[in-house]
Amino acid sequence: MTTLQTVFEKARAEKRAALVGYLPAGFPSAEGAIAAATTMVEGGCDVIEIGLPYSDPLMDGPTIQDAVHRALVNGTRIADVLRTVEAVAATGAATLVMTYWNPVDRYGLERFARDLAAAGGAGTITPDLTPEEAGPWLEASAAAGIDTVFLVAPSSTDARIEKVVRCCTGFVYAASLMGVTGARETLSAAAEGLVKRTREHTGLPVCVGLGVSNGAQAAEVAAYADGVIVGSAFIRRLLDAPDEAAGLAAVRELAEELAAGVRA
Amino acid sequence: MSEATMLSAADLAGPGPDEHGRFGIFGGRFVPEALIPALDEVEKVYREARNDPEFIRELDHLLRTYAGRPTPITEARRFAEHAGGARILLKREDLNHTGAHKINNVLGQALLTKRLGKTRVIAETGAGQHGVATATAAALLGLECVIYMGAVDCERQALNVARMKLLGAEVVPVHTGSKTLKDAINEAFRDWVTNVDNTHYVFGTVAGPHPFPEIVRDFARIIGVEARRQVLELTGRLPDAVAACVGGGSNAIGIFHAFLDDTDVQLHGYEAAGHGLESGEHALTLTAGSVGVLHGARTYVLQDDEGQTIESHSISAGLDYPGVGPEHAWLKDSGRAVYHGVTDEAAMEAFALLARTEGIIPAIESSHALAGALELGRELGPDATILVNLSGRGDKDMGTAMKYFNL
Ligand SMILES: Cc1ncc(COP(=O)(O)O)c(C=O)c1O
Repeated sequence: MTTLQTVFEKARAEKRAALVGYLPAGFPSAEGAIAAATTMVEGGCDVIEIGLPYSDPLMDGPTIQDAVHRALVNGTRIADVLRTVEAVAATGAATLVMTYWNPVDRYGLERFARDLAAAGGAGTITPDLTPEEAGPWLEASAAAGIDTVFLVAPSSTDARIEKVVRCCTGFVYAASLMGVTGARETLSAAAEGLVKRTREHTGLPVCVGLGVSNGAQAAEVAAYADGVIVGSAFIRRLLDAPDEAAGLAAVRELAEELAAGVRA
Repeated sequence: MSEATMLSAADLAGPGPDEHGRFGIFGGRFVPEALIPALDEVEKVYREARNDPEFIRELDHLLRTYAGRPTPITEARRFAEHAGGARILLKREDLNHTGAHKINNVLGQALLTKRLGKTRVIAETGAGQHGVATATAAALLGLECVIYMGAVDCERQALNVARMKLLGAEVVPVHTGSKTLKDAINEAFRDWVTNVDNTHYVFGTVAGPHPFPEIVRDFARIIGVEARRQVLELTGRLPDAVAACVGGGSNAIGIFHAFLDDTDVQLHGYEAAGHGLESGEHALTLTAGSVGVLHGARTYVLQDDEGQTIESHSISAGLDYPGVGPEHAWLKDSGRAVYHGVTDEAAMEAFALLARTEGIIPAIESSHALAGALELGRELGPDATILVNLSGRGDKDMGTAMKYFNL
């Protein structure tokens, strides 16, 4: 298994930011997600976040909502998510699961951490698990040897940032803007300040997500962050493609563009 | 000279939750970090407000001169003949301005919005009553207002959609998921996280992340505070039982709360059993759900074995919700309140019965509590007194009733 630590050390040695791609399991199909994530790795993604499809994705915009809805209609289960992680981790990319809290809560914390580690997963990103509620999950994750990534936002006070980074291992996820997931034409100016403020509280890498959709934006973010996170833009390519082959080609093209961006 | 207020700071401040917003294991906050500062701010401003005599005075004034409080108690004698002769007292929240208990919470939160310095309010709505109340308060206080409503609910509560529009609100139909209340809440949260700078989310029930379950409850407490006093005056003693319908749980917690320490008073909540437990088409969150996290709080949830929310069903849009307020989860587990299911059919029977026996057309939501009271009366016998929260009126439900009864 490739760890987040290895990824960021390598990127740092190459004097570039890491590229993190997101895709929900089960979209466009169970096998299609594995193919797409593998293509993202081939195109230059260092880290893959596999989304665990959830019925009530209240911090996601229309693009991810659409993909997740299709994944659920396809009957995607947690076993499929773990199978996807296993296949993607085998490519050599550090592979995380991004999930709303309730599915993990229901599955069982120890069991989820153990099964994810066994599948070769490097850790989780849990956007609606607050530090106040995170204690048992931090314990279960530490016991299984997986990383725990949490989010800070432009609205976070310094005291909140301090609380959140204390829960993080691997990296800190800085949400670039106040809003839901989805590609944006221009990036929010808030992101750079947030990364700076976050660095005052932690030596962990800080990655920026929400809104990044092209190589130029990736380069812009890479200038001040340790990693660039892209989700909706990949999904958009798959949604808009006339068939799977065209979708994969478009995903590869975007990954290559972004990979060039983080090296600019 | 300032006039004496009907409302006191003590009426607002109910016991619980703890500093993390937990009622036992329930409640808390499971939300994106971006919303934490907003929730902290709402909590802080609310705590200041409820101890500020000026805030109490303003709210009291609106409740009396605008909402029409205190609402009366009506004894339902002819209806009670069908309840084994038990005495049935109706707390007439249907007589509030805008037609339901929702206005109590909304007026409080609209005043909070002013204190927060925000100019825009958003809300979710199921039956449309909370949306109408929010649009009303927004019109009164000059706030911009956007209401999220599931597309299915827009259709079955079309009258309320028209009312909200007339009141100057924008109504956004939500087409995702089950197209009902839960999806409207998702969409309202998405708006809030995007526009939190100028926007307050007027949450409509005692669910959601802390501090909403506490704030909405405190603004709904007036129902029980008044009713307890009124029943004592009328009958010289406390009721044997209190009955209320439970969607998210605001009208129920509102009437229960003043009786929590009166351990001889039974508290009964009625959830929507839809087509019945076995059919799988119901909203029996407390009766048939399991503990999980939904909409920012740990509570009972209708969910599958992997934590995916199961769509609820009820003929009444206001009870059609697969979650429930965390304080109800706690009252259930502690045994202080008991929760039951009432089918669509039983609710519609009670709906028609109250109309014919008392000349009162109740909301279909409230009809679940009425159906519960009929059963409870037969159980407790003719010496019992049952206080029922008549949470709203049925004008909004005429379309559903016309179809159901072929009127
Ligand atoms: C009249 C009436 N009663 C009850 C409810 C259910 O909400 P709650 O359980 O929060 O009281 C609604 C919701 O729309 C309503 O309009």
